[in-house]
Amino acid sequence: MKVGVVVFPGSNCDHDAWYAINKNLHGKAEFIWHDSTDLSNVDAVLLPGGFSYGDYLRCGAIARFSPVMNAVKRFAAEGGIVIGVCNGFQILVEAGLLPGALLRNQDLKFVCREVTLRTETTDSPFTSKLYKGQLLHLPIAHGEGRYFADDQTLDALDAEDRIAFRYVDNPNGSIRNIAGILSRERNVLGMMPHPERACDPLMGSSEGLGILESVLSAAPVSALTR
Amino acid sequence: MTITPELIEQHQLTPAEYQKIVKLLGREPSYTELGVFSVMWSEHCSYKSSRIHLKKLPTQGKHVVQGPGENAGIIKLDTAGIGGGWVVAFKIESHNHPSYIEPFQGAATGVGGILRDIFTMGARPIAVMDSLRFGPPLDSPNAEHNRRILTGVVSGIAHYGNCFGVPTVGGECIFEECYSANPLVNVFALGVCKENEIFYARASGIGNPVIYVGAKTGRDGIHGASMASAEFTEESKQKRPNVQVGDPFLEKLLLEACLEAMKTGAIVAIQDMGAAGLTSSSCEMGSRGGVGIDIDLDLVPQRESGMTAYEMLLSESQERMLLVAEKGREDEVFQVFRKWGLDAVTIGVVTVAEQGVGKLRVRHYGKLVAEIPNPALADEAPRYDRPHNVKPYRRVTFEPPAHIPASKDLNADLLRLVASPDLCSKRWIWEQYDYMVRTNTIVGPGSDAAVVRVKETGTSIAMSLDGNGRYCYLDPREGAKLAVAECCRNLATTGAVPVAATNNLNFGNPERPEIMAQLVEAIEGIAEACAFFEAPITGGNVSLYNETLGEGIYPTPVLGVIGLMKTAVPAPVQFRGEGASILLLGGLGQGFQNGDHALRFGSSQYAKVILNQLWGLPPQLDMAHEKRVHDCVREILAAGLAESAHDLSDGGLAVTLSESCTNEIGARVSIEAGERVEFTLFGEAPSRILLSTHDPARIHEIALRYDVECPRIGVTMKERLQIGDGDAMWIDIAITDLKQSFENGLPKLLQTHNVG
Repeated sequence: MKVGVVVFPGSNCDHDAWYAINKNLHGKAEFIWHDSTDLSNVDAVLLPGGFSYGDYLRCGAIARFSPVMNAVKRFAAEGGIVIGVCNGFQILVEAGLLPGALLRNQDLKFVCREVTLRTETTDSPFTSKLYKGQLLHLPIAHGEGRYFADDQTLDALDAEDRIAFRYVDNPNGSIRNIAGILSRERNVLGMMPHPERACDPLMGSSEGLGILESVLSAAPVSALTR
Repeated sequence: MTITPELIEQHQLTPAEYQKIVKLLGREPSYTELGVFSVMWSEHCSYKSSRIHLKKLPTQGKHVVQGPGENAGIIKLDTAGIGGGWVVAFKIESHNHPSYIEPFQGAATGVGGILRDIFTMGARPIAVMDSLRFGPPLDSPNAEHNRRILTGVVSGIAHYGNCFGVPTVGGECIFEECYSANPLVNVFALGVCKENEIFYARASGIGNPVIYVGAKTGRDGIHGASMASAEFTEESKQKRPNVQVGDPFLEKLLLEACLEAMKTGAIVAIQDMGAAGLTSSSCEMGSRGGVGIDIDLDLVPQRESGMTAYEMLLSESQERMLLVAEKGREDEVFQVFRKWGLDAVTIGVVTVAEQGVGKLRVRHYGKLVAEIPNPALADEAPRYDRPHNVKPYRRVTFEPPAHIPASKDLNADLLRLVASPDLCSKRWIWEQYDYMVRTNTIVGPGSDAAVVRVKETGTSIAMSLDGNGRYCYLDPREGAKLAVAECCRNLATTGAVPVAATNNLNFGNPERPEIMAQLVEAIEGIAEACAFFEAPITGGNVSLYNETLGEGIYPTPVLGVIGLMKTAVPAPVQFRGEGASILLLGGLGQGFQNGDHALRFGSSQYAKVILNQLWGLPPQLDMAHEKRVHDCVREILAAGLAESAHDLSDGGLAVTLSESCTNEIGARVSIEAGERVEFTLFGEAPSRILLSTHDPARIHEIALRYDVECPRIGVTMKERLQIGDGDAMWIDIAITDLKQSFENGLPKLLQTHNVG
């Protein structure tokens, strides 16, 4: 299972994801430059945190037009595993790969702290190694992380068991405490908290390992179908 | 344009300085040249008032690779045989004046400027810290204004650092009325690289191209350096166009592009365009390399049309660098910058030094508009030995008040102290900073020192910022020494050994002898303490003229000391479990002669918050004792004997105990009252560290060996903090109440007052 970590201009958690996968998990990760259109060499794609294109216009609004995003859309449509963390989640939403929007935090301030998440489903390649209801302590670091969608969409997310994580103490005003959601086919995950920052006991928490381990142990769907 | 005396004065040059320019040039300067001199000879760029005194600072040490004079200091990251081959670049810079005029952009570009200083040396920035001073957020005629500056500065720092992708791992934030019209924003940054990958700002190689990279040049920031070299008046607020606007996204691209371009091997020298932009970067690179530099302004990427040579040379547009490449290898450099979508253009060439003197030659529309010997700008700036043979400025008494009122309610006093602006939790500030990005932060904000690991080496860097304007106002020399000691104590408390320091000297108008005396005393104090604690100064910044309408700030030297340690998680500040012994390494600090306690209590936070007074002297520092405490605590920590460790500073023993009680575990402490119970609880005697342990006997053994007192003062327990002597109970508070006061202090001050 090889993970491609996309580097947009302004990505700044790209190295953290690379390090967590290669060094903490002894998996395989490599960087993919944003103008690349070929993902045939990887089994999963990770869109890292950061400030792609300086968050100009709106977080993720410019990155969605990056050449690599057309490839990511195809990759996802073919069943490939895609995970977007923080700015990566914002990009997935802007690109239409996940529903809803990420608005400015309720108190209008950037917030960096450890939060507690509850695992809402284990039925996904990102949560298969977790148990339902499992609490995870993961850091957040964002100014625009308040998840929002209309009631119809939210009801559908609930009904289809597509809410991957909820905040136990909502830090940003996200509707229905949503911290991470899945695509309808369950192969795309977007989440605001940073699992890659919690993979090393030296960092205070290694509870992000379960999510990345799930990804690394998933069947490389993309290789089968492509 | 004719150079008139009025024009010279407008450029903040004295008639004598003008005569020196004429002599150096052998003719009258042009208007453009006058502008260039005015900036390069400004206090901010030339250190003309402080330079002769800065020479007193120790700059040598076994870890030092590069001392003052470059963009940043560099030391070896080598501790106990690991970390070899790697180096640390670090420095502190102020952006005080711009932050007063435009808090958000002023602070943001302060962060941007110091980050460029680090990566221009080839080092990737991995940590930032900030030392901030504002006017009181409450109970001040300027409170609303002060809150606006605070919120603006904090969001400016967050905006720039977060987007750039560098963690802001610590700092300090203090409030005094004297900072109402003169806020201080000092930003410290630190980066790492391999020793054989350091880059310097020394131009060389006749015929080598001079390449401009990064943002386009606009009219922003013209004369910013001169603005930072004058007192503020009512007109200053109209100087808003002088503040530059930062773009952290561009800086992030510039960082990645520069580090990648450096790897090509085609770059000879590189310097960021900071204060005085194009002018300072070219003449300083030329001067250091002993060569000349020719520049053609027509080739400079420009944001707007019709700019004059004067404007382009003095522009302080952000996110720009100047580099010298090897001739014939320009394309390798251009290719990297193109990849990152940045401008990179050859705008000049390195020229031969005629009779040993390289010249900066600037052409615009084919005409020579400036021709100045590089050393005249970079090295020949006037140096002043300004009068300082008077007592340093102070307007408070030495004598304690005849009657220091006895506390009516020590519990209430303690709760007020931990909620007061200086002592309360700064979480409201640091949660707005991404303090974890790059996953190196082992100890982040809210501890004694921040600790950041260097993944590649197995070593970590501990860092601490400290300054105490109240102490320095009462005695600049002792106050400065106390700041160095406190930083080193912070490092020792995490187990690190101090190796080097940087300083930011924030003072008032040096043309006033009693202010100059403060500066000289403080520098000499820093010199003495840095030499003693073996933390040589490798660079720093001087910010003078921090006065508005004749009102100056407290003398505020801010020290940044870095230390090295093997990568490991240090003992936390908070108590960890019930039933541990609480030891006070360094003792109760009751050893003064009668009367001395009262004299030195006037500088304490208790005097400030509860008594609303300031008198006397700062706490007494015995550096030899202090150092023994550091060595002792490092041995205790290395042996794994301490469950928690927290150094005593502002607020004294009771406040330190409160901070150690913020993690569910409280304490029962029994001590003697001493001369006055307030002195014992809230006196700020230095050289003390609070430890909790299950092995007090072994710690006592070690302390005995270092000749350091280490009384067992109590035991950890659930739920409450109790301090007393036998039956007398002075403090008895639920730790949930303490924690609430501590954590809600700042949000309460800021949010109940509708800050926009």
